[in-house]
Amino acid sequence: MNSVYDKKWSIYQVVMIIVCCLAIVITLIPILNIVATSFSGKNAIAKGIVGIFPVEFTTEAYEMVFKNSGIVRSLFYSIFLTVGYALLATFMTILAAYPLSKTDLKGRHVFQTIITVTMYVSAGTVPAYLLIKNLGLMNTVWALVIPGMISPFNLIILRTFFAGINKALYEAAYMDGCGEWGCLFRITIPLSLPSIFTIMLFYAISRWNGVTDVLYYVNKPDLYTLQYQLKLMLDSLTIPYKPEEMATMQITPENVKSSTIVFAMVPMLLIYPFVQKYFTKGVTIGGVKE
Amino acid sequence: MKRRASLYLMLVLPMLYFIVFAYLPMGGIVVAFKDYNIFGGIWDSPWVGLKHFKEAFAAKEFQTAIKNTIILNLGELFINFPFPIVLAIFLNEMTHERMKKTTQTILYLPHFLSMVVVAGIVYQVFGSSGIVNNVLGAFDIGPVNFVGDPKKWRAIYWGTGIWMGAGYGMIVYLAAMAGINVELYDAAYIDGAGRWKRIWHVTLPQIRPTIVTMTIMNVGKILSIGFERPYLMGNVLVQDVSSVISTYVYSVGLQAGRYDFATAIGLFQSVVALIMVLAANWTARKLGEEGIM
Repeated sequence: MNSVYDKKWSIYQVVMIIVCCLAIVITLIPILNIVATSFSGKNAIAKGIVGIFPVEFTTEAYEMVFKNSGIVRSLFYSIFLTVGYALLATFMTILAAYPLSKTDLKGRHVFQTIITVTMYVSAGTVPAYLLIKNLGLMNTVWALVIPGMISPFNLIILRTFFAGINKALYEAAYMDGCGEWGCLFRITIPLSLPSIFTIMLFYAISRWNGVTDVLYYVNKPDLYTLQYQLKLMLDSLTIPYKPEEMATMQITPENVKSSTIVFAMVPMLLIYPFVQKYFTKGVTIGGVKE
Repeated sequence: MKRRASLYLMLVLPMLYFIVFAYLPMGGIVVAFKDYNIFGGIWDSPWVGLKHFKEAFAAKEFQTAIKNTIILNLGELFINFPFPIVLAIFLNEMTHERMKKTTQTILYLPHFLSMVVVAGIVYQVFGSSGIVNNVLGAFDIGPVNFVGDPKKWRAIYWGTGIWMGAGYGMIVYLAAMAGINVELYDAAYIDGAGRWKRIWHVTLPQIRPTIVTMTIMNVGKILSIGFERPYLMGNVLVQDVSSVISTYVYSVGLQAGRYDFATAIGLFQSVVALIMVLAANWTARKLGEEGIM
């Protein structure tokens, strides 16, 4: 906005572009370095000459990762879990947001208070753990799905958006004999697809990235997510590959670790360019208070 | 009437969820005042009053955890705070639309990487054979043990916070700046205000509510700390500075199985945190800014 007054290139513009470039470089170098290391040979890594381009290019580290059936399997499992969780959580959030967006709903404030309080007050780690345990959810996939079913934050975003839909549309639908379920599926959801997609992405990201609940509630390799597998691999300095196997090859712990990090990072990098505008939008609506 | 009924029907499952998963565990807080044993469970274990709280405050590890939580959060508050604001101001002034979009997109990216990936990257980049030590090595410095030295670990922790969070904070401030009335800039321009004057007298005062609210809320959260970042970034060598309340609760509660003791610590933290958030909110309102509640 401000800049429309100074059309000509000034010293300011130059300073700004330098600052932006610097910020971009600082953001990208660590990522590029990891990618470069993952494709570099072990002598180059040992000599410390790998910067942001691979040296002595090799894909052996990736062959190792793809041969590790645990990691490849957990990739597909994580995708399945993330999609399933995001769909379910979004549906539940819609179910709560729609009635709460109706200003004339009796008891609306009671429901809203019950929900808002949970944003500031929580029982804590151990009581939550004991609940999961007592419900028999330990070591089941449900322990990674149900406890995070509705985020009050996402609920507020969606409710605010639903409340902005023109009431005349509903009046017309009621006249035509349409019930609330019909209105929800024929008016509200079709008109709110971008917002719904935004919160679905928030849910998906939190499920894809989160490892805390896996660490707390799950102790079965079958249920380990990709991020958790990566954590286990980075923890163990002795990687789950045989040392004698490594000695004969062009790889070292550094490039195996790097390639696993890249492997775990790539799905996010692939979808990021297409979905980032929704993230920005989410922040903007999230900032709007009722 | 039937319409209303279906609205309540929609709310059944969501409300059930909140009651079971947010409110039911609150009953479990009584464990903090009991000697938990497997046979008695939550309800039939014997009451012991404040025993666990007394023990906690006498425990050196707990004091360390509180101290570290506060230090890490304070650093986050003071060191990391200006970055998103400065970046947002710079981007807001940018005429080159393409450059603006690209910078936003790239700086926002690390926010979406998992903490495991970020911790992994940090350990590789700052490790003994990582790129940072390679560059230092070229100047005959090092190798420096960044991740294994307690003092340097804190700097790495805060730096990671900037790397991950500055882009996100920037977007929040940019959204606030997008709401500034253009007429204010017009008026300032007509009055002869140059670019820096306009930033100082229009942009900054206009985003002041956002800055004040975000800062006060961070002060309110001084005793609350997420679990993943300190847990995944920590290691045995830096335990004395990386052990925080959340990781302490995990290790004594879930790992060592002392549910009663860990619940007491968690309860103490939640209560103090709640009081501080309420106080922060109250302060924000007293200062004439919008609170969060």
